[in-house]
Amino acid sequence: MSMQFVMGALLVFWVQAVLALFRASQFVRLRYGVTMLTSVVILFAGMGFLLGSAPVEQIALPLGLPDIGMRMRIDALSAFFLIVVNLGGVTSSLFGMGYGLHEKRQGRVMPFYSAFIAAMNMVVLADDAFTFLISWELMSLTSWALVMSNEEKETRRAGLVYFVMASFSAIMLVFAFGLLAGANGSYGFDEIRQSHPTAISATIVLALVLLGPGSKAGVFPLHVWLPLAHPAAPSHVSALMSGVMTKVAIYGAIRILFDLVGPSMLWWWSVPVLIIGGATALMGILYALMQKDLKRLLAFSTVENVGIIFIGLGLALAFQANGMVTAAALAMSAALLHVFNHSLFKSLLFLGAGAVLHATGTRDLDQLGGLIHKMRFTAVLFLVGAVAISALPPLNGFVSEWLTFQSVLASPDLPQASLKFLIPVVGAVLALAAALAGAAFVKAFGVSFLGRARSEAAAAAQETDRFSLAAMMLLAGLCLAVGVLPSLAVDALRPVVDMLTTSGLPPQDIGPAPLSLVPFADGRSSYNGLIIMAFLLISGGMTAWFIHHFASDKVTYGDAWDCGTPEDSPLAQYTAESFSQPIRRVFGTSVFRAREVVDMPPPGELRAAQYNADSEDPAWRFVMNPLSRLLWQVTRRADILQRLTIRKYLAIVFAWLVLLLVAVTIWH
Amino acid sequence: MALMFSLFMQGIQMMLVLLVAPLLVGVVRKVRARILLRRGPSILQPYRDLWRLLRKETVVARNASWLFRVAPYLIFAAVWVAAALVPVFATGLEFNWTADLLAIVALLGTARFATALAAMDIGTSFGGLGASREMMVASLAEPAMLMIVFTISLLAGTTQLSEIANFVASQPIGLRISLGFAFTALLIVALAENARIPVDNPSTHLELTMIHEAMVLEYSGRHLALIEAASATKLLLYMSLIISLFLPYGIATNEAPLSLQLFGMLVWLAKLGIGAVLLAIGETVVSKMRLFRVAEFLGAALVMGLLSMIFLFVFKGI
Repeated sequence: MSMQFVMGALLVFWVQAVLALFRASQFVRLRYGVTMLTSVVILFAGMGFLLGSAPVEQIALPLGLPDIGMRMRIDALSAFFLIVVNLGGVTSSLFGMGYGLHEKRQGRVMPFYSAFIAAMNMVVLADDAFTFLISWELMSLTSWALVMSNEEKETRRAGLVYFVMASFSAIMLVFAFGLLAGANGSYGFDEIRQSHPTAISATIVLALVLLGPGSKAGVFPLHVWLPLAHPAAPSHVSALMSGVMTKVAIYGAIRILFDLVGPSMLWWWSVPVLIIGGATALMGILYALMQKDLKRLLAFSTVENVGIIFIGLGLALAFQANGMVTAAALAMSAALLHVFNHSLFKSLLFLGAGAVLHATGTRDLDQLGGLIHKMRFTAVLFLVGAVAISALPPLNGFVSEWLTFQSVLASPDLPQASLKFLIPVVGAVLALAAALAGAAFVKAFGVSFLGRARSEAAAAAQETDRFSLAAMMLLAGLCLAVGVLPSLAVDALRPVVDMLTTSGLPPQDIGPAPLSLVPFADGRSSYNGLIIMAFLLISGGMTAWFIHHFASDKVTYGDAWDCGTPEDSPLAQYTAESFSQPIRRVFGTSVFRAREVVDMPPPGELRAAQYNADSEDPAWRFVMNPLSRLLWQVTRRADILQRLTIRKYLAIVFAWLVLLLVAVTIWH
Repeated sequence: MALMFSLFMQGIQMMLVLLVAPLLVGVVRKVRARILLRRGPSILQPYRDLWRLLRKETVVARNASWLFRVAPYLIFAAVWVAAALVPVFATGLEFNWTADLLAIVALLGTARFATALAAMDIGTSFGGLGASREMMVASLAEPAMLMIVFTISLLAGTTQLSEIANFVASQPIGLRISLGFAFTALLIVALAENARIPVDNPSTHLELTMIHEAMVLEYSGRHLALIEAASATKLLLYMSLIISLFLPYGIATNEAPLSLQLFGMLVWLAKLGIGAVLLAIGETVVSKMRLFRVAEFLGAALVMGLLSMIFLFVFKGI
């Protein structure tokens, strides 16, 4: 039943995309409204499927390649990701109903917007390699078009890098599916599940998955496109790209590794996944701390969270391959819950950044400040997102990190010595990343919303419109709900976890009180967000009551004291750069080669003193720049091929044909 | 009936941590003064200070937002709840299971987040300075703390503080390398988290060195009282944490009769007293570090925490 609704909704998306080619600048609110309702339909279909534990549904559309068609399928995993995608679709479209009206060139946004959501849905639904790849490419191209919708100069570079990296990830996927399909070329996911690949080809598939969907999700050092592309798009599209598209990439990795390759998994695969996850988490948040552009900071924090999810997946792999099913289910629940949580708070934060961008015209933190007075509601909602992403109780970010930590603690039972050494280190890295995330979001919220306005634009900011606020409120409410009632969320994930790891967590109602989260057993570890929240409210309320009745509640307003040396200029406040200076000095000098050069003229000289801080990006310096130089040289050599005689061309074609035939014979 | 008793004991603990905390600060100050051959204020002075602050009118900067005025309540509530969940005189109190050690550490993180934001609210340079330095310290202290939590919970097979305390209390005393590392690391983290010498000096107002004080510089009156009470409670919390993780001997269980619970309370107070004296001695013999030495100091704690965990992994299997 779900399938019919979903197919109908997909059709609506595409019709809308086509309709938006004409007169895109009219009926913008209506168009976003229809997109939102369409997403609501799929959202409910996905929720109905997941909560009602419906049977798997399949459909073959008479589209695409002959004999193969276009197969689609809803199972628990797809249903979960349909919820993630369309929850993002609903809130971004709702935000767009207000924010989207300000776009100058609607024709560059509207046609691609609903196509982008449709393509992400199709990736999640695809049941054969062709459908998957075509949807994947549609997703990349539509989001690329959305990135290119504004005409700032830096957008061109972002677009180029994104285009190259998106093609790269698609090529890796082509290879991965080619290997999985085997020599007979059976590209349906059902057939791939039946054929068990050899250890070697399965391992190559793992590498290709880490490179392909991995680069799309933003793992270090292939993340370079992400902080360029995500901020360049209109903010509600940034929210979709960061909150949802990276999750679709993670879906690809989970689908291929845990479902298609499934039983052929080897324990040592978790080693590269864990190392990459840890490096991504730590580097992502360190980058985020160095940023002074609000949306880039958020984009880098997406890199961090993708790392956390990969750590969860790596742990699940390690436990699964060793037959520790409960621990595997726990790690998988942690990863999936973090997928959901991150899609909530990252969308919320990007939408908040969009509201700030519209109100002030800048994303430069050093031009902002004091917005809490001008944008009261946006400030509260952004704060909710910031607290949630910093993994602080009682909000949802803490729950998924807590689950990840709990699964780290299950690792001493693993038989492999190398994992015994690696996982504690990864746990330390995760703890470090979580603590640094707190610093990054104190900076993001503190510099932009608190203090005094650093520019006239910030001083003149106004609250954003109601649609945008409604979208953010929805997300903030969900952040709170998942944080306070985590056991319900984990219970809802059970069908997905069951499907991927063969055995789910123990039912969550065994705890000492209803609604507690209990990963292993009562007495080993438990967390009850509801009671913690109630405790905080009660003790805060009691304190307020006590002070109201027994202490003075007189307030006098005066100047800031500032240790007796107040400074009038708002420029004397700490900026984004100065806030992160201590952390830069501690962590950045080795990793980023951060340098500070102070040029202080001696007394008597009249030139101005200068302070320069710069740093280098290791991903560009050690990976991307050498690669692009190599590519440049190779293409220059290959240039010869364009000036050959016809005889030589024929010879090349013939030789190539023979080579391929030989290869096919050997493979058989 | 058992539930009522249990709830009652939980309530007792909530009030007890609040009431004892200023006394602890008073004792530390008094002992410190005596070592420096000063007479020092009475050990009850912190209570008088709090009361005086509560009765005074509060001066708030003109451009302060709601966050500045809400933050003290949140900070106080978070620290208080965290302290109420650490078993001090009895394990297995009614609500001990609602939050394990990870959650307690994270609750303190929430309090710190609120403090740092409140510091940036007025838009003074000192507020930003304090917040920025505090987050740098926290970015090292928090993972070190989590490493210690990992080590201990791996050893006890649980992250529930009550269970850990029961486990340690029921084991024969033995030296373990990993526990030694974890203990040292926890001492360092506790000093850093409570803004004590050598990381920070709670009694300084020297601009260039302060961290915590710089953050709360703009607070006065009842807001300051709440923040002072929160930091006293946090000091108590960390001491109780060290006690219940490493020296829980004498602690009662929740089923124990009232007399044993009272005994547990006395033992706890005695241990706190010893802890206060040791802290005061430590603070007089060590001097404050330069800010960027702090990173190395806490880095050492992080490495020790990690080492303790790896030692445990190595000796548990292979």
